[in-house]
Amino acid sequence: MPKAKIYITLKPALLDAQGRVLENALHQLGFEKVQQVRVGKYLEIELAPDGDPREQVEAMCQKLLANPVIEQYRYEVEP
Amino acid sequence: MKAGVIVFPGSNCDRDAYYALREVLGYDTEYLWHAYARDLSDYGLVILPGGFSYGDYLRPGTIARFARIMDCVREYAERGGLVLGICNGFQILCEAGLLPGALTRNLSLKFRCKPVHIRVENAETPFTRRYRHGEVLQIPIAHGDGRYVCDEATLRQLRANGQIIFRYCSPDGELGDKWNPNGSVDHIAGVANARFNVLGMMPHPERACELLLGSEDGRRLLQVG
Repeated sequence: MPKAKIYITLKPALLDAQGRVLENALHQLGFEKVQQVRVGKYLEIELAPDGDPREQVEAMCQKLLANPVIEQYRYEVEP
Repeated sequence: MKAGVIVFPGSNCDRDAYYALREVLGYDTEYLWHAYARDLSDYGLVILPGGFSYGDYLRPGTIARFARIMDCVREYAERGGLVLGICNGFQILCEAGLLPGALTRNLSLKFRCKPVHIRVENAETPFTRRYRHGEVLQIPIAHGDGRYVCDEATLRQLRANGQIIFRYCSPDGELGDKWNPNGSVDHIAGVANARFNVLGMMPHPERACELLLGSEDGRRLLQVG
């Protein structure tokens, strides 16, 4: 069964308020090498094995899963 | 005048809006359930109320925008009908593409619930014609995702067209980060579409319609009849 793994994050130009707090927290814990943290969403979607799964996943991202005004996405599809 | 308040699963300011429209302003007001298509053509105002429609799953407003009534709202707006999105309603209108931009997590990451001041930036819209340009209003906010963002080109367009309707400000009407409760770009508290018949705002005018509630500055905004 094809499985899509989708990663959604805020566009690089947007300030990620959660990421910034985690960055500070990591610094305080001694992880001084941390340069930047971006928080995103990770989705796994299982598909029935017919049709082009990448085409379907792309349509899902555009229509619902990501907001193109603020977010970017990428995905992998396992056969 | 006939007014409608849309009720989504998870709306929680629908009764506040209904009360303000019906009891304070005396409009013939009805709840509109999200799952039914309705002819809205005889309505003078349709409100998308605050709350947490569909639990804010994925993003605030994301799921609500696909509700059956939203096709009717879109059609109604295209014909020039007045649509007001308050808080979650604003988020839904942005997700639906009826307003530009998007609302993201407050810069503080905190849910902000308090009275704020906003300045009327454009007093020539159907919603703000009873205010003076530059008038300062005291209206409460209650949100965790109210940081308005949009790209540079959109922001330029909003400024040039006068589509920024409200900005957060000091009690004297001054702008500054100190008075911006969520980190919105350009201190934006409310924006309209290019035709000015669709308005979205994070502050809650329906909660500021009687002095008993601390302010009646929001009442004139709902007085569109």
